[in-house]
Amino acid sequence: MFDFLDGYDVLGAFWLTVKLTAVSAVGSLVWGTLLAAMRVSPVPLMRGFGTVYVNIVRNIPLTVIILFSSLGLADIFGMTMGSNDFDVQGFRLAVLSLVAYTAAFVCEAIRSGINTVPMGQAEAARAIGLSFTQTLRLVILPQAFRSVIGPLANVLIALTKNTTVAAAIGVAEAASLMKTMIENEAQTLLIGAVFAFGFVVLTLPTGLILGWLGKRLAVKR
Amino acid sequence: MSTVLYDTPGPRAKRRNVLFSVVFTVVLALLLWWMWQKMDDKNQLESALWKPFVESEAWTTYLLPGLANTLKAAALAMVIALPLGAVFGIARLSDHRWVRAVSGTVVEFFRAIPVLLLMLFANEFYARSTNVGSADRPLYAVVTGLVLYNAAVLAEVVRAGILSLPKGQTEAAYAIGLRKGQTMSSILLPQAVTAMLPAIVSQLVVIVKDTALGGVMIGFAELLNSRGTLAANYANVVPSFIVVAIIFIVLNFLLTSFASWLEQRLRRSKRSTGAVLGVDKVDDLNAAEVGGTYGTGAGGSI
Repeated sequence: MFDFLDGYDVLGAFWLTVKLTAVSAVGSLVWGTLLAAMRVSPVPLMRGFGTVYVNIVRNIPLTVIILFSSLGLADIFGMTMGSNDFDVQGFRLAVLSLVAYTAAFVCEAIRSGINTVPMGQAEAARAIGLSFTQTLRLVILPQAFRSVIGPLANVLIALTKNTTVAAAIGVAEAASLMKTMIENEAQTLLIGAVFAFGFVVLTLPTGLILGWLGKRLAVKR
Repeated sequence: MSTVLYDTPGPRAKRRNVLFSVVFTVVLALLLWWMWQKMDDKNQLESALWKPFVESEAWTTYLLPGLANTLKAAALAMVIALPLGAVFGIARLSDHRWVRAVSGTVVEFFRAIPVLLLMLFANEFYARSTNVGSADRPLYAVVTGLVLYNAAVLAEVVRAGILSLPKGQTEAAYAIGLRKGQTMSSILLPQAVTAMLPAIVSQLVVIVKDTALGGVMIGFAELLNSRGTLAANYANVVPSFIVVAIIFIVLNFLLTSFASWLEQRLRRSKRSTGAVLGVDKVDDLNAAEVGGTYGTGAGGSI
């Protein structure tokens, strides 16, 4: 019944999806935290930059960003991302786009977490003489992160699903393979079910585990 | 001004802030200058490439029809997904365990798989099993994909909307002798719809963005797709991307602003119960355990 799977590297495609997700997740967490720090910083210009970045990037479809990274950045500006191999380049461009896009949502999640930390905490931190950076790093962010594990899990799951958009620039991840298979093989329904199942397996445990972890780690007040 | 994180700046802090501002401005200016130079090097700033956008032809032939298709698909998806979502959202709150289980499974399933997969599948499905003409097929496939995914997301929004109402509403309805169906249709749902409006408008942004997937992957002639035709005609890849991105930004920014204006207005209005649902509140629900069912947190807000 599953003969149609012969000759296709389904697991390999999903492995690429996982790799895309993992690398982009780390990148967007770093860039998103920086953006969040900018958005709450005392320097008006940095706040402005953070706000503008988040509002612009959130409103552009990821498809436009990824396609631009391939047709614009790579073809016109000759950005090779340190490799001439087409596949490696596609992967890196996809990561770049996913990080740029997802970071905006990570930033908003973290910022909402910062808002959950009670005013008194920051006041106390300032009262004992901590600077803005110290307050943020030692007092606010550790608590904020623990309270936004749930929302960050949502962002991570959305990121997992968004990696499929990389198929638009020829990255051979799951959606790309599904497109090929569905066009060449007769079992449309079965192929669809296999790939849907793959994504359910990827996203459902992530949501459950991180949701549970979020509740466990949240600072009880 | 002072916030949670820092005091109103004193003289030293003011000086430091000015220093940071200057450094940041210089870095930002360098970056912009570098980008400008790079574009100049690759001749992307030549007026010939930008000229089409100030003439009407590029708009009437490519961009506006594309935008119209984007809006058409988004509107269709919204109009179909909303009642479907309402049904599943209410079903998830049913008293009967099997209704809850079935609708819960359906909702979680469609929230867990990417829209792109749904679109690709729908496209192939329509090609093989129905006699939808090949000209209409991309639109059908895009709308189907969007409907399946967003109905699941909207089901969660509806559920959150109903759960956000004070418990006393249901109790009062039962007290005056209304049945379950009557309570839902004449007490809970009308109030929930008001509370949900901002979240629903925000969801439109997601739908508008997702139509672009259909343009690249299954050849639906929406805005991003017509950008390709336009760029092929005028050879202006980078400018066309910038213009299309700006159209998307403006459109979605208007929707976002409308959603938050609506939220403010509904919060102020005296007629509602005061329960208003922004997107973030729905996300909270996704992450938490509510009403005996478990949200996997396959968040639909991106």
